[in-house]
Amino acid sequence: MANPREVANARTNRLEIIKAGLKRRDLFKMGLLTSAGYLVPKNGLSAWAFDNHCGPGACNPGCSPRITPFLDPLPIPPVLPERTLADPGLTPAPQEFPNNAINPVNQLPFEGRGQFNGTLRPGTDSFQFFTQYPVQHYFVQRIRANPNFRITSDTSIPAQTIWGFNQGGADPSDVAIAPGPTIVAHYQQPIVVRRFNELPPQNQNGGFGVPEVSTHLHNFHHGTESDGGPCRYFFRGQYFDYYSTLQQAGFDFNNQPNGDINESLSTLFYHDHRVDHTAENVYKGMSGFQLLFNNFDTGDEGSGFHLPSFPAFDIPISLADKLIDPGTGLVCFDTFENDGLVGDVQLANGKVQPFLDVSQRRYRFRILDSGPSRFYQLFLTNPNNLNQVIPFWVIANDGNLLPAPVQVTSFRMGVAERFDIIIDFKQIASQFGTSIVRLENRLQQNDGRAPTNNILGAGRGTYCMEFRIGAQVADGSVDPATAPHFYTLPSTSLTDATVIPRITRTFTFDQSDGGWVVNDRFMSCNQIRFTVQRNSIERWILQNNGGEWQHPIHIHLEEFQILRRGSRGSAAVEHSRKDVLTLNFDERAELFFRFRDFRGDYPLHCHNTIHEDHAMMLLFQVQDVGDNKTSP
Amino acid sequence: MADMKRRTFLVGAAAGFVIASSSPVGSKSNKLRDAHQFQNIHPRELIRRRHFPNVPMITHEGRRVLFYDDLIKDKKVILNFMFATCEKACPLVTANLVKVQKMLHDRIGHDIFMYSITLAPEVDTPKKLREYAAMHGVQRGWQFLTGKPADIELLRRSLGFTQRNPVRDADKTNHIGVIRFGTEASMRWAACPGLAPPDWVATSILSEMDSPLKGGFKTT
Repeated sequence: MANPREVANARTNRLEIIKAGLKRRDLFKMGLLTSAGYLVPKNGLSAWAFDNHCGPGACNPGCSPRITPFLDPLPIPPVLPERTLADPGLTPAPQEFPNNAINPVNQLPFEGRGQFNGTLRPGTDSFQFFTQYPVQHYFVQRIRANPNFRITSDTSIPAQTIWGFNQGGADPSDVAIAPGPTIVAHYQQPIVVRRFNELPPQNQNGGFGVPEVSTHLHNFHHGTESDGGPCRYFFRGQYFDYYSTLQQAGFDFNNQPNGDINESLSTLFYHDHRVDHTAENVYKGMSGFQLLFNNFDTGDEGSGFHLPSFPAFDIPISLADKLIDPGTGLVCFDTFENDGLVGDVQLANGKVQPFLDVSQRRYRFRILDSGPSRFYQLFLTNPNNLNQVIPFWVIANDGNLLPAPVQVTSFRMGVAERFDIIIDFKQIASQFGTSIVRLENRLQQNDGRAPTNNILGAGRGTYCMEFRIGAQVADGSVDPATAPHFYTLPSTSLTDATVIPRITRTFTFDQSDGGWVVNDRFMSCNQIRFTVQRNSIERWILQNNGGEWQHPIHIHLEEFQILRRGSRGSAAVEHSRKDVLTLNFDERAELFFRFRDFRGDYPLHCHNTIHEDHAMMLLFQVQDVGDNKTSP
Repeated sequence: MADMKRRTFLVGAAAGFVIASSSPVGSKSNKLRDAHQFQNIHPRELIRRRHFPNVPMITHEGRRVLFYDDLIKDKKVILNFMFATCEKACPLVTANLVKVQKMLHDRIGHDIFMYSITLAPEVDTPKKLREYAAMHGVQRGWQFLTGKPADIELLRRSLGFTQRNPVRDADKTNHIGVIRFGTEASMRWAACPGLAPPDWVATSILSEMDSPLKGGFKTT
């Protein structure tokens, strides 16, 4: 869109700003900076903007109305209540085989499980291991529109219509919220979550969103029928039962019958995955946290690893960036976008730049980059003393506890990555003499393709939220400085004869003729590209063939460990199990996988959800006999 | 020296603002951002304004049409860009779409309409496009469109067939790989690579336009 001259102007202007050393306040006064901390893309200050582009219908960075930050407390999503089988929502009861009887009201099967890409495949998608691990807990969620959702208490910004998950009640007063209610589950206690699609018809989507849904539980070790993959969407008027064995990986391999404790997962999230429409549907509100506890990560600081108690001191934070139509004041989404989408309004748990009152003690925060395309480099900033460098601890990467806490002053995250961190507000109050710290994203990113990798100065990034530090209170949680040991990383040593990969496969990620490809091919629900042998080990090489974009690559079913990666090396916080690998410019990474327990088809895809919706995805399957395709 | 630069920059920025404020839309947008004077505009209308300029076009059959009024409004459509002399992907995409058209033969031209817009309107006359369509075995219901170069460029941008990298954007062949389809009235739009397997392209199109189809989306 922008001509080379405008691009050059933008670069010159940025350099001028940096050279002149203008303060954030100066830029704000001059009207060159939005409250969210972005340069206003005007008169050459953006390489992408075109002239007079902030009229009604303009869904562009720099056009969103300014919203005062720190007006609202951080919403903490309620825990999804458990339900009994007597609940009307659970009649008929969930069963091993899908309930594909035809509903006379809409002529569709009652349950959407058993459908693949909109087509019923009778006799498929029964629950694996269902009789071996009987269900102990039941939950219900209804996916609905909520037309009264507020992203800020600034009353000049109108109520928004979100599509999201409710707390399971049939009554209209049980409204959908975004992020959705937090699902809490415990290992060795299998669950079923029944989800109803109660979304409005297509022509009431408010401009974006498709009322066909598939709810993926991101990173859970699932049967394909419960994975919520892209091709297993279901329609308005249908429900879908999602069953989780709640066993750690390896339960049907070499760690029978309950799996390897060192494969325990902690912080997951559920989100819509409807093929071709994931970005708009998640952006519209369809995501929420799911937390898993066990005898070590207990949710009670008096036991196990002594991590801060849930929910008082263990708080999930979902970060999202949005665009607001300057004409209507409503959150907007450009369904004609191919490259990615970055917003200029920063939300945490559904509110614009909220605050959280905290006590002087340690907290565990589980931070999620919910996308669609933004990368973050998160720091703690004292707004009254930008020179201070404030440390904190990373304890989990992609929801998996590290072998031990790692002290950092910032961390990088791509879309769908989760980082669990420990912040000690008592120490911050005494060491830095402040009662306010802010979570600040200082990674520069001008468009949806990738960040620039430039780290902005303290106070020049975007504040995601503010912590207001109150009084001292008792703290029974473990001090990360004492180097507590969590889980041991499963072996990947290639000298160990039991962990030799059966095959090495290579995947390149690139752009081709304006579309996004994996190994030069596009996504199709009709094609399964290769077969992994169940209960085997594979080495995968991921290669970004591009210097203009970065890709957060997510693989379903199993986690990996990074054996080696290109440009950045593997940081201490990446000595972990992971499910998202953010490929830097032209980067190559080598991953180690064990594929265990389940059979079925699963996707590999870019989690920049715009790339994902534009075909940067493939399906593979796990079966008893694998194939030898090295570049599938 | 540093002060000099700073002053120069500030003057430049101020001058920029004067220009912005003197343009009607610029001043309106500033007002909108600051005063939050929002209007109630139907999202379908916003999509129309942003993506569907009502520019005059000529079909390969020589018919004069308006892009939004005659081709998009209230219709289910499939859109892509091409040009007759393109040798890389255009023939492949067109050949792929011919297969898709065969799979959807009972629909294309009846309730689903295919449009291919030339990126070389200077040379792609209706006659050239007619020859191109005939050469590829294109059936009825699929129209090739040309128009004024400035209108075509506006369409290309409005329909999102762009690249952020200016060098890539200047290369026409980077805009012919994507096909976009949707149902205008219900604000449902999706895209698909033009070289994706044709059965998947056809399946995607039907799953967009017929949802929820009892019995599923079968294309073969």
